[in-house]
Amino acid sequence: MSASPGLPPLLTANPRLGRWVQFPAPGRVTVSTGRVEIGQGVLTAMLQIAAEELDVAPERILLQTGDTDLTPNEGYTAGSQSIQFGGVALRLACAEVRGLFLDHAAAAFGYSRGDLSVRDGAIIRRGAPTGHDYWSLAATVDLRRNATGGSRTKSISDYHVVGQNAPRIDLSAKVFGEPAFIHDMVLDGIVHARVVRQPRRDATIARIDEAALRRAAKGPIEFVRDANFLAILGEDETVVEAVAAIAPNHVVWDGVDAINPLQEEARWLLQRPSIDRAIGPPEPSETMPGLRRHEATYTRMHIAHASVAPSCGLALYRNGHLQVWTHSQGVYPLRDALARTLDLDPAAISVRHVQGPGCYGHNSADDAAADAAVIAFRNPDRPVKVRWRREEEFGFEPVSPAMVVTVRAALDGAGRPADWTTEIWSGRHTSRPGSGGNLLAAEALPDPPPAAPAVESGYPPGAGTRNGEPLYDFAAKRIVHHLIAGTPVRTSSLRGLGATLNVYAIESFMDELAEQAGMDSVAYRLSKLSDARARAVVQHAARLSEWKAGTPSGTGRGRGLGFARYKNMAAYAAVVAEVEVDEAVHLLRVWCAADAGLVINPDGAINQLEGGIIQAASWALKEGVRLDSNGISSRDWESYPVLRFSEVPDITVEFVDATADRPCLGLGEAAGGPTVAAIGNAVAHALGARVRDLPLTRERLMAALLRA
Amino acid sequence: MPPIPLVVNGREVSVSADPDTPLLDILRNHLGLKGTKFGCGQEQCGCCMVLIDGNPEKSCGKALAVVAGKHIVTIEGMGTPDRPHPLQQAFLDEQAGQCGYCLPGILISAKGLLDRSPSPSRAQIAAALDDNICRCGSHIRILRAVERAARVIREGADR
Repeated sequence: MSASPGLPPLLTANPRLGRWVQFPAPGRVTVSTGRVEIGQGVLTAMLQIAAEELDVAPERILLQTGDTDLTPNEGYTAGSQSIQFGGVALRLACAEVRGLFLDHAAAAFGYSRGDLSVRDGAIIRRGAPTGHDYWSLAATVDLRRNATGGSRTKSISDYHVVGQNAPRIDLSAKVFGEPAFIHDMVLDGIVHARVVRQPRRDATIARIDEAALRRAAKGPIEFVRDANFLAILGEDETVVEAVAAIAPNHVVWDGVDAINPLQEEARWLLQRPSIDRAIGPPEPSETMPGLRRHEATYTRMHIAHASVAPSCGLALYRNGHLQVWTHSQGVYPLRDALARTLDLDPAAISVRHVQGPGCYGHNSADDAAADAAVIAFRNPDRPVKVRWRREEEFGFEPVSPAMVVTVRAALDGAGRPADWTTEIWSGRHTSRPGSGGNLLAAEALPDPPPAAPAVESGYPPGAGTRNGEPLYDFAAKRIVHHLIAGTPVRTSSLRGLGATLNVYAIESFMDELAEQAGMDSVAYRLSKLSDARARAVVQHAARLSEWKAGTPSGTGRGRGLGFARYKNMAAYAAVVAEVEVDEAVHLLRVWCAADAGLVINPDGAINQLEGGIIQAASWALKEGVRLDSNGISSRDWESYPVLRFSEVPDITVEFVDATADRPCLGLGEAAGGPTVAAIGNAVAHALGARVRDLPLTRERLMAALLRA
Repeated sequence: MPPIPLVVNGREVSVSADPDTPLLDILRNHLGLKGTKFGCGQEQCGCCMVLIDGNPEKSCGKALAVVAGKHIVTIEGMGTPDRPHPLQQAFLDEQAGQCGYCLPGILISAKGLLDRSPSPSRAQIAAALDDNICRCGSHIRILRAVERAARVIREGADR
């Protein structure tokens, strides 16, 4: 029996209803989701969706999440897609399960199907209990069948769980210091391990002074060595950690090419060979007669995920089966990558998600799991725990690539773009473990997989090209994309991917054009923005912030607006920022208006937008990965500063039409680009001069003022 | 090695370990108290904050020998789901957290502040938390939660 072709893709891929919903014991429901909690609160929202559609109290539901033995394969929890796609699949599966029970009750007991409903798991007929419920009928309703999508989901007017604020189901354990994280896991007989990282792909170990390391160790240690993979093991984590800290001084590597530190600034990308692509109508070969032109270039350094704690992985190889615990965003893809790395059948590997520190994209979580798996595979029956060191996380995580964006436009008589080009230079934004490559451990083992080729995702949503096309009504718009394969450091996805700099560039450019046209920047945008939902969030943000046109620039205090619809297909967000600039930028207030369609958990969604705003403010004002000849040199919080408590602005977030019966739109990444743009525009307003290179540090402000 | 005495969450314990062992490792690996978190091991992020004789300190940088005989309070000593500290209740009420990894350290820093300064301004709260990194961006809710807890504690004291 195959699934109906009308099903959403995730239900087509995981059609078996019993994979999503089970009734294991009276009064209990088990709901499975392939999505994982990475700090964004998605499990709480999934619980609300399931409780609503099954008509059971949320307290009855146990959520299974991210486990290759138990849960649907939903790929990665990434890209603000959990609710928009995973939630839709879960909702349909739950609706169909409820429908099957009602169909069965009607047929078995001679009820009219239209008289039946469910109330907290009990089957109700014309408002009165029938004495039957999910659990009494569970033995006779076989969920080992595929979804057909044939059941109607509930009408939004009947919702009483979805759309209500729900407290995070994971927060209490964390507030009381319970062992909620993978870092807190303990297994009998555990051994702790640290890996001595290969400084570059292709670097080879020339010499290890094992004796010196053993002398320095304050307890017993062991070494695991295979080709260029080297790990230190021991039962006492303190001992292992101390040896790992000095180990790089006692291992000599061959084949370590020096990195050019100047590559920390993005403009070096302009000289690199690239894979080029154009999206949209061809660019006019000559200047359009009679049209004025404007062009500007914006840049951003590499950005670190900089999770608050370094990555961690555990593994145990026993009786030919490898069990792995990870805070990866994708347990199934990781399982397949480990299978290729270790030459094991995927069926011989189980990967289970355990929560970790906040995850904002492809960080080292997969690498730490692979480290543990490689070591455990060589040490059967010994549970292995690998926790990266802080400097290791900063130094070896895949960072978000540096980018250059040039925007040029031909302007009509009113100073509005008739022709628009966004030209993007960027390293790859996606290098998740796929074919067995892109795991650091795999690169150090014998016969490492070839480096995966640099690829750019199809547009839309794109990766480096993400949000490269403005939503405004310009007659001709195009993206020219230069994918640079050779980057000095490993790069991959970070919240928003290319959207952050693309939106910064587009929205900065819009302000530059508005200023040239002598128009207020909000009015200027609205004059070329016909999408009603886009207009609504821009107008809402302006209203929230009591936006005033015509305030003078260069006074040291300024306001700016930034707008985007994430991926041009997810949530809309407009952000207004207010800053004070003296020697540095002080971010005072931020207002955000967002339209994410139907919002499952409004308070949780606001929490996500607030977090996105603060993180983006940190990117805009402070963040850039530093390089020296050895690679990433910003390996602590001093050299990679992020926004601290005294520096965060007041924030107001409001939704537009959060209860309307419209599809959910992913919102976890929606505020980033608009926030960075709003801050840039506010700084330009305050200074009377524009800073086009991020982050907006004191040095860059001074340079911009000198140029102005 | 002679055992080294400590008072952890009001309980006297004695630990046989290398005196150079960071207090953080003693708490997590010797005493099984996993609430205090490892973040950087460089005294830069505040994840490992504990109270030592009432003062918020980063336990990753405090050797066991240095804290011998001292009173240590960890997140486990602040409260329980049945008897939450007003700060813990306020963090739940304000939904102040995302990944939550930084919260034990932040709660300890906040307790250190409120224990000596019951009516802090928002700027004073922020300054007291500047040793703690929150990467998810829950700062606004955390500041609100500390203000709420301060209010609750003051009102309790007035009664």
